[in-house]
This record gives sequence, C-alpha cells and structure tokens, in this order.
Amino acid sequence: MPALFLAFARMSLAGYGGVLPFARRGIVEQHRWMTADEFNETFALCHFLPGPNIVNFSMVFGARLRGIVGGIAAFAGLLLPPMLVMMVLAALYAHFGEVEALRRVLAGVACAAVGLLIATVLRMMTPLFKRRDVAGFVMLLVVLAAIGIARWPLAAVLLVAIPISLALTLFVQRKDAA
Amino acid sequence: MSAGNNPLWTLVSTFALMSLFAVGGANAAIPEIQRIAVDVHHWMNAKQFADVYALSQLSPGPNVLIVTLIGYTVAGVVGAFAATFAMCVPTAVLAYYVSGFLSQRRTARWPAIIQAALVPLSIGLMGASALILVQTTDRSVVAALITAMAAVLSFATRLNPLWMFVAGGIIGFTGLV
Repeated sequence: MPALFLAFARMSLAGYGGVLPFARRGIVEQHRWMTADEFNETFALCHFLPGPNIVNFSMVFGARLRGIVGGIAAFAGLLLPPMLVMMVLAALYAHFGEVEALRRVLAGVACAAVGLLIATVLRMMTPLFKRRDVAGFVMLLVVLAAIGIARWPLAAVLLVAIPISLALTLFVQRKDAA
Repeated sequence: MSAGNNPLWTLVSTFALMSLFAVGGANAAIPEIQRIAVDVHHWMNAKQFADVYALSQLSPGPNVLIVTLIGYTVAGVVGAFAATFAMCVPTAVLAYYVSGFLSQRRTARWPAIIQAALVPLSIGLMGASALILVQTTDRSVVAALITAMAAVLSFATRLNPLWMFVAGGIIGFTGLV
C-alpha cells in the first residue's frame, strides 16, 4: 500500500504536462505491475468514462492490485503531493499576483500554455482528418460553437450532443459493415 | 456569490456535477469552469482565470488540479480540498464500479463505440477551451506570436513544454506582451 502511494506520488510529481507517459513507464517498465496490453485496456476504459482520465486510472489500477484500499492509496498518491505544490503557488499568487513584473511573466506563460493546448487539439484531430470522418468533424464544430461561442452550459450541450454522436457512430459503423 | 450561500457548498456541488460531465478530462472542462468561476459566481475575472490556467500548467501533476487553485481562491485550504475532491471522487467511484462490472462480463463492443462517439465531442470542448483562453491572453501581436510559435513547436517537435513556458515568461517579463 505505501508502495502504491509512493509510486503514484512520484509519477504525478514527475508528470509535467500530463502524467500518462510517466504512469506507463512506472507501471509497465519499472514496477512490472501490468503488461503494456493490460495497461492500454485499463486506460481505454478510464478514457471513455467522464472526469480526469488519470485520476480514474489511479483508482481502477490500485483497486485491481490491492482492492479498494489500494485504489484509495493510488488516488491519494496521485493527488495529494501536487495539491500541496498547487496550494503553495496559490498562496504566492494571492500575495504577489498584483506585482507588475509577475503579472507580465504570467501573461507570457499563459500565451505559451494556450499554444500547447491548440497543438493538443490539432494532434487529436489528425486521426479524424485521416479517416475523413465528416460526421465527427460536424459534431466537433457544433460542440466548439455551442460551448466556445454561445457559452451554453456544458451539461445541456452534452445531453443533446452525446445521443446524436452515438447514433451517428452506430449508423456509420452499420454502413461500413454492410 | 449571493449572500447567505455557503461558498464551500457551492464549490462542492458545482465541481461534483461537472466531474460527471467532464468528457475528455480537465482541459475539456475549462470553458465550463471559466463560465462558472468568472460569469456565474464572479470568483475571479477573466485575466485572473488565465493566470490560474497558466499556474496550473506550470506545476506538476494532473491538469485537473486547476480546480485546486480555484477552490483556494474561493475558500482557502479547505476550499482547495473541497473543490479537488468534489471534482475527482465521483468519477473515480464510477470508474471503480464500471471496471468491476466490465471485468465480469466481456462486452468489449460498447466501450469502443461510446469512445468513438465521445472523441469528437472532447476535441470540440478542448477547441472551445483554447478559443476562450485566447480571447483573454492574446491581446497583442507579440502575444499571438508566442501562442502560434508554441502551438507549432509543440505540434511538430518533441520539445519539452517547459522551454516554451520559460520563453513565454521571459518575453512577458520584458513587457512586450
């Protein structure tokens, strides 16, 4: 149990700009707790569920190894140490957030961070583009406009968009199979 | 925040509900977090939200910890814990039960279909995140150039993102942004 907590704490603190690659290295290569296939299968499950993927993964993984207590140990290891770092940063920001030099530095960092986000979006779009997935693109643009431009609430948009996207996916699969 | 409402309870109920709708993880939930923190509850302004996003990207750990920062802003250390656990516990519990359910019966078809249907939606949500943040951060030519350079470099190379943050921070310090 302490081993699970420590392993996830280490991966999480190393996990700069996404914990997943570090989790894969730690679990599959270093500790040999899972094979690469088991890891992919477990992670795919956590990806289709809502919420932060890696958080879901820590719970499911810990529970597979050591039951519910193991799940909680991995979950706590993943979240608590970086939360402490975050709170120190938050306290510093509360004190010095109005300092002009820091405001300028953060503004520059924010520009770069948004650039990284755009790159992630482009990278995720590449497979849709290669498959010429027109239905997927339409859904993507509709959701982008509804949330990013119209600023409608997330829950309302998804309650409409998820059934439509599911129906489209099933329809396309049937057509491809026929 | 309306008077008489306990901000802690608002944090918990808001993020617990959001957690179950955060298809595609934390970056996809940014527009909703921003809408609630800036427009609905006025916990911070858009500029502060962009700062908080930058801070959350600068520090290690899962991206979801942006809610730790928001919780701290609203109600200190207790708020930080309340927001983070509200955002993470419901979906972790759901994941625990669903994985138990799926490992008992081999119905491998449905997860794949659901995932295929959700992927375009999560990309759309992340695109919306970028769109909303850009409106706050990129208010000058230099700022837009930093964003564009970071996007191109990160898309085309495997350069560590830390270098782009350092570069952005230095250019920001000089006052050009």
